[in-house]
Amino acid sequence: MLARAEAAVPLVIGTAGTCGADATVDWMYQITLELAEELGQSLKIARVYCGQPPERVIAALAAGRVTPLSAAPEIDAELLASTTNIVALAGAEQVQAALATGADVVIAGRTTDTAIIAALPLARGDLAGGAWHGAKIAECGALCTTHPMTGTILVDFDETGFTVEPMALEAACTPHSVSAHMLYENSDPFQLYEPGGYLDVRDARYTALDDRRVRVEGSKWVPGPYTVKLEGARAAGYQTTILAVLRDPRYVDHAQDWVDGLTAHCVAAIAGRTGMGPEDYSLEFRLIGVNSALGAMENRRGQPVEVGVLGIITAPTQAQAAEIGKLINPFVLHHPLTPNEELPTFAFPYSPATTNRGALYEFVLNHVMRIDDPMAAFRLEVTEVSNARG
Amino acid sequence: MRVAEIAKKVRSKNAGPFWVTVDVFCGSPEAYGRLVKGLPNGLLARVYGQPEQLLKRFDIPDLNVIKLSFPRPVVQGSRDDRDMHGAQWAHLLAELEIDA
Repeated sequence: MLARAEAAVPLVIGTAGTCGADATVDWMYQITLELAEELGQSLKIARVYCGQPPERVIAALAAGRVTPLSAAPEIDAELLASTTNIVALAGAEQVQAALATGADVVIAGRTTDTAIIAALPLARGDLAGGAWHGAKIAECGALCTTHPMTGTILVDFDETGFTVEPMALEAACTPHSVSAHMLYENSDPFQLYEPGGYLDVRDARYTALDDRRVRVEGSKWVPGPYTVKLEGARAAGYQTTILAVLRDPRYVDHAQDWVDGLTAHCVAAIAGRTGMGPEDYSLEFRLIGVNSALGAMENRRGQPVEVGVLGIITAPTQAQAAEIGKLINPFVLHHPLTPNEELPTFAFPYSPATTNRGALYEFVLNHVMRIDDPMAAFRLEVTEVSNARG
Repeated sequence: MRVAEIAKKVRSKNAGPFWVTVDVFCGSPEAYGRLVKGLPNGLLARVYGQPEQLLKRFDIPDLNVIKLSFPRPVVQGSRDDRDMHGAQWAHLLAELEIDA
């Protein structure tokens, strides 16, 4: 905010608060107000809200204006009504609308990573393909350079393309480092879909201007129907976790057998004491040191010194998950590999051994929604704050 | 030979919560040529337990990169997800023994 005041340019913040829900826009707005007061800055602040009431999306679905993307889950009105948050990803138009108010600071909810950067060059009439392509290259700062940890880069947009240059003196942009960024977190390295069209970089040319600047031309913007991507989440149960560590070599060697026996014992005990059957909850033990990251895909076996046993309980309510956690706690601590041996005791790294994680949220939308006017699904709020020091 | 011994780097990451993408940076045209030949789609599909028709593959000679994208069998953050960011999936390919 100090640098913005000195440069007298607008500051655009997009996907405020990581997820861009309305609540995180409010949170970022409060922080901005506090800072403005501390810094004695008088500001015009524009907020772009991207939250979608479920009724709007349900109506759009009924009207045939919601389309699934590849690998989208099935949705219906009931599922949409059960979401805790739905956001639409704003594009350049919504950020431009905020900038057009003359705002000093724009706090946007969920935007595409590229839109907050592309909005200004697009509004000024620079090449659309270059604006979107340069924005994609710039989205992660120095990740498109030879020194990814150095933070910032400068992108200069114009009517035929863009030029990118790292701000750290030791870093360089090369045709390879810049073009390779199109691979990053993209399923398709040549086409990037945005509200109102897509970027096609198949014919882009990357040229080294010198040993640290790269010129990019030939990127194309292909306009299409105005659609915005939807993201939505709903609570899919509540979780309690428990962690134990096996160090006894016999238990380490037979960790999976031990977990199978432990699971059967727990399921029976839970049914006996709570009446909950396996269909009412989920209990899973993951073996850290064996295959916890890759599960069934893991194809290597090693000789671990110890094995972490992470128990994850998912139940319809937190109270039920916590109850199951407390109930299985002694079994996780003492379950024997065979029935007739002295009860072992494993390592609990902390006490109490169980942790209530709260709700488990799952993504339920991978869809786009057609809108007639870019602002139809977004709300712009403009406020002026006065903190002039006198 | 293992893919990691031929390629410069293999990385993976989510491409949104519903997809994962694997980038094989071969490092040279020679390594690129060997790996394009040594990594047919059927083999890649088997490594990740995916139906072959769901794989999106890009062979990019300008970058000496092979890129592979496919739908996540479990959605990011869902109950059965074991790796929220999908970054460990790369090692399955890096450690693969191939004829190349």
